[in-house]
Amino acid sequence: MAAIAAVVSIGGRPAWTTRIARAALVLAAVAVLAWLLVLPLLAIFAETLRQGVAFYVAAIRQPDTLAAVRLTLTVAAIAVPLNLVFGLAAAWCMTHFQFRGKALLGALIDLPFSVSPVVAGMMLILVYGKYGWLGAWLEAHGWQVIFALPGLVLATVFVTLPFVARELIPLMQAQGSEQEEAALTLGAHGWQIFFRVTLPRVRWALLYGVLLCNARAMGEFGAVYVVSGHLRGITNTLPLQVDQLYEENFSAAFAVASLLALLTVVTLGIKRLLEWRHGGDMRAGY
Amino acid sequence: MTRHVLPGFRLSVGYTLAALGSCVLLPLAALVWTACELGPSGWWAQVGTRRVMASLRLSFGAALLAAVIDMVLGLLVAWVLVRYRFALRRLCDALVDLPFALPTAVAGIALTALYAPNGWLGSRLVPFGIEVAYTQLGVLLAMVFVGLPFVVRTLQPVLESLEHDLEEAAYILGASPAQRFFRVLLPLLWPTLLTGYALALARAIGEYGSVVFISGNRLFRTEITPYLIVQKIDSQYDYRGAAALGAVMLAASLLLLVAISAWQRRARRWARLR
Repeated sequence: MAAIAAVVSIGGRPAWTTRIARAALVLAAVAVLAWLLVLPLLAIFAETLRQGVAFYVAAIRQPDTLAAVRLTLTVAAIAVPLNLVFGLAAAWCMTHFQFRGKALLGALIDLPFSVSPVVAGMMLILVYGKYGWLGAWLEAHGWQVIFALPGLVLATVFVTLPFVARELIPLMQAQGSEQEEAALTLGAHGWQIFFRVTLPRVRWALLYGVLLCNARAMGEFGAVYVVSGHLRGITNTLPLQVDQLYEENFSAAFAVASLLALLTVVTLGIKRLLEWRHGGDMRAGY
Repeated sequence: MTRHVLPGFRLSVGYTLAALGSCVLLPLAALVWTACELGPSGWWAQVGTRRVMASLRLSFGAALLAAVIDMVLGLLVAWVLVRYRFALRRLCDALVDLPFALPTAVAGIALTALYAPNGWLGSRLVPFGIEVAYTQLGVLLAMVFVGLPFVVRTLQPVLESLEHDLEEAAYILGASPAQRFFRVLLPLLWPTLLTGYALALARAIGEYGSVVFISGNRLFRTEITPYLIVQKIDSQYDYRGAAALGAVMLAASLLLLVAISAWQRRARRWARLR
């Protein structure tokens, strides 16, 4: 790669062959990103706007679609805080203590990344479904999990479980326990240490993890598809609504999909902003 | 003095284990139990069919290949983003995360609309005999799409922290650009590339949303294993059959990941020795 020569010749102007090779590499990379990533994103907005604004507004204001928006927001509002607490608890015990089985616990926290969302949903049915391990007990107490909101939340929690923990663990590991221990010797009790010392130090990384967790929670398809039974207007989240509309009304499906695409664009924008403003706080060091 | 200096050990481990237990471990145990209950013959009756075998070949074959393509494209993108300064660099860097953040179903219908025979790209490719939508090529494309950020994001920090001295030494000793790339850089980056490969592979094997739309789910041709699992649950209420397939997928992907991490440990030791 001629690029290395460019690195070597710091100070002087690189040879014209080097500059051509460099430009070719940049062009190739930009072409890959444009083809693989930008085109699909443009396709969504192009398909959406093809039918005009009136159609778009009408498609969004369908009662079933509005119900899906509400359900998606509800599921995320429950699942994301659950994972926020999980991420903090997991990071606290993984970074401040030595104990047996720590490596195993770390592997378990990452496990949901290697399980297919569809398999995750199916596993939840095997436990919480009507004929599952806890099914009879849950039914006797009048709780429906699968094909209802709790199942959607469980599936969402499963697929987004590692997000917050994975942002926090490396950062808290790099920061060490000295400041917490200093607070302890000064007489602070556990929650004071947590809220006054630890939390302020990890807040941006925490926000970053929550942001990614939320994007995935609102967009999850496979796991939620399996446990929801996709009942229109009842257990359909936005991605499931996109799927059902796709079969019958192509343009309406794209109108709903554009909502999720907008969420993605906003998420990426905030993410970039966080990295730009607080990138230093999210990596090692303080 | 107690073993743990800071408070909160029991609370944090307790909550972590409770969440993992109810959400991950108990369901995992149920999967293994259900798959074991079938027994070897019952299990084979579920998995040994022509339809399932074809889907496993496609799921794993396409995922292995897609992750290789991601490794090559990801290396190119990460290299350019780290080493060069150009006009749209920040925008390109932000774009890399798109497949992470874009809901899979949305990505699926977008790719399908783009590559369908009447789509913007499809209508241009079909005259050349290249059919992407509703073929195995489409499955591969969707898997490449979802896996790309894993390779780029794994490589970037390593490329940034890579010292230039080895490359400079090779340059001064008269190594050609190709030699410097294949004999100096690639061995140094290989363990990281393998990490990215494993992450992209795990994601591609299990991917459902972005694949099922563009694949068209044609019998024996473009059905992926997750699709068959959904079919068994959704239309046949066959939870045991679904569990048998799920157990195969899970076991095979975990085996692959373990193999890759062993290979990686060897590669890392080798890179250090040099």
